[in-house]
Amino acid sequence: MGTTKFLFFLLAFILLMVLGKIVYEGIGIISLEFIFDEPRNNMTEGGIWPAIFGTLAVTTIMVLLSVPVGVSAAIYLSQYAKDTFLTRIIRTAVNNLAGVPSIVFGLFGLGFFILFIGRNIDEVLGTGLLWGQPCLLWAAATLSVLVLPIVIVSTLEALISVPKSHIDASFGLGATKWQTIKKVVFPQAKPGILTGTILAISRGVGETAPILFLGAAFFLPNLPVVDLCIGDYCIPMINPAEQFMYLAYHIFILATQSSNPTLTMPIQYGSTLVLIAITFLLNITAIVLRYKYRKQLGKI
Amino acid sequence: MTEIQTSDEKVEVEDSVQERAESSLYGKKISLKVRVKEKIIEYFFALNGAVALIFIILIFIFLFKEGINALNNIGLLDFIYYDQVQLNQTVERLFEWYPTSSEERYSLLPLIVGTLLTAIPATLISTFFGVAAGVYLSEIVNPKLREFLKPMIELFASIPTVVLGFLILVVGATIFNDLFHPSNRLNAFIASLGLSFVIIPIIASMTEDALRSIPTDLRMASYGLGATKWQTISRVIIPAGFSGVSASIILGFGRAVGETMIVLMAAGNAANITTDLLLSVRTMTATIAAEMGEVSQGSDHYYALFFIGIILFTITFFLNLIAEIIINKMRKKNVF
Repeated sequence: MGTTKFLFFLLAFILLMVLGKIVYEGIGIISLEFIFDEPRNNMTEGGIWPAIFGTLAVTTIMVLLSVPVGVSAAIYLSQYAKDTFLTRIIRTAVNNLAGVPSIVFGLFGLGFFILFIGRNIDEVLGTGLLWGQPCLLWAAATLSVLVLPIVIVSTLEALISVPKSHIDASFGLGATKWQTIKKVVFPQAKPGILTGTILAISRGVGETAPILFLGAAFFLPNLPVVDLCIGDYCIPMINPAEQFMYLAYHIFILATQSSNPTLTMPIQYGSTLVLIAITFLLNITAIVLRYKYRKQLGKI
Repeated sequence: MTEIQTSDEKVEVEDSVQERAESSLYGKKISLKVRVKEKIIEYFFALNGAVALIFIILIFIFLFKEGINALNNIGLLDFIYYDQVQLNQTVERLFEWYPTSSEERYSLLPLIVGTLLTAIPATLISTFFGVAAGVYLSEIVNPKLREFLKPMIELFASIPTVVLGFLILVVGATIFNDLFHPSNRLNAFIASLGLSFVIIPIIASMTEDALRSIPTDLRMASYGLGATKWQTISRVIIPAGFSGVSASIILGFGRAVGETMIVLMAAGNAANITTDLLLSVRTMTATIAAEMGEVSQGSDHYYALFFIGIILFTITFFLNLIAEIIINKMRKKNVF
């Protein structure tokens, strides 16, 4: 007994040391300039704004692509589909998809999105080589396939935990299936769905391997932004056809391929601290949400 | 619940008397309009479910479609060895991954050895710590502290792997180098230490789940027989939860095989065939990650990388499947 306790707290100690090291080394460089400035002087000075912006852009598109599909698929699986052989296969496949190495998703993105979809779009629209090469949209699409199982599984869990009696009561009052889902099932499952979405975002923010060859760039002076003009009004929009900088990829590049690793060390720690802060913030939000949600369910 | 019946709904209910109506499962007449709407909604959700399923199938198809091309020019045996004819007409058999040389060598053995040499030690280390942490969380710690510690483990699991790779590269390798003077600064052991950061949380939380799902009757019966707490844990709880624990270890091993960033940054990326943990190795995932960016599309090398992808996909898919089967069996068994 004492041994397990010792091992557990040794583990906690190591973890705290790791986090402590990042915070200790990284906190010095964090400032508003660091976050909102562009890298300068061969990335030995300046900030990381393009990387943060790229990360936000990719995850935004990723969420838009994966969450609607994932949540609706989960609704179908839990509320409509009968427990047949096919649905059981789908569930197994979804579960297993969560364990497929992320680099394999990168290969899939390259083969499917870029070479198949992208090249065909170029051919049909005659855009030359615009979509048939690595860019922000395909990276986000690949990441959304990667997080799709997470969204489906967590939404499923939330939907299944809605008490059957509530659903029956709703039917008993004369509500139709869709009314029941909209007014009874969905409100109760909302915190769980939100938790799944947040976890998916945090996974996407931290994932590096699949985007290594899907458009993440070493250094870009400009943000991947395009002005969408309707008449005289122009709104800056994320340009999905451009390459982008990515926070996690930025750390990888600085740590392994920088011409002067010691000079960029503060930036490396700073970027790591920002990345860790984002993922932890997202995860803590998810944990708190789930905790509150469980308490709420307990009262019913 | 009364708010469900909107005014619009009431009108439809009245209309349904005149319209051709059909009784629902619960004996209520439902008008055609409502039924059509319901069907459209159902098909919308079904479509989304199908999209999810289609992507699963597409991953399969496109991975295999590209990867199988590798066998056109590179034979299956070429993925194992390469026979090099020496000047004196003797044949030397080489097991090398060297796809960019003039005589391309595509032996996967060094990559598989590298993968195992990082994944196995990582799994062993993680099993030791992970099971201990799982037992502690499930059996020993008081429930209030567990409410706090369990989320800590989830937080632990959420650290991006690139961060772990970075720390191992910058801090871990330096400390290890100063202490033990390994033959290569970046080596298999360092990488497996990094990997265990990823796997420990998985094993710990799954072990905890497995042990907690064991009925309290068993614990009580054991105490009733006069066993101490530790005897109960080691002779009753762990054997009873063995299948769950082993599933978590299998899953952890699968994650270690598939992890990319840590091994890419910390394993040294030299394709050695060795059993020496202190040498640099190159894993399958790191090979794809490092070479896919520079390879020209449609070349043998390009297809060979997809072939590695197929192998990775197959291995991890089956490991996950085995783990899931074990967990499902355990779930059924534990329902008394």
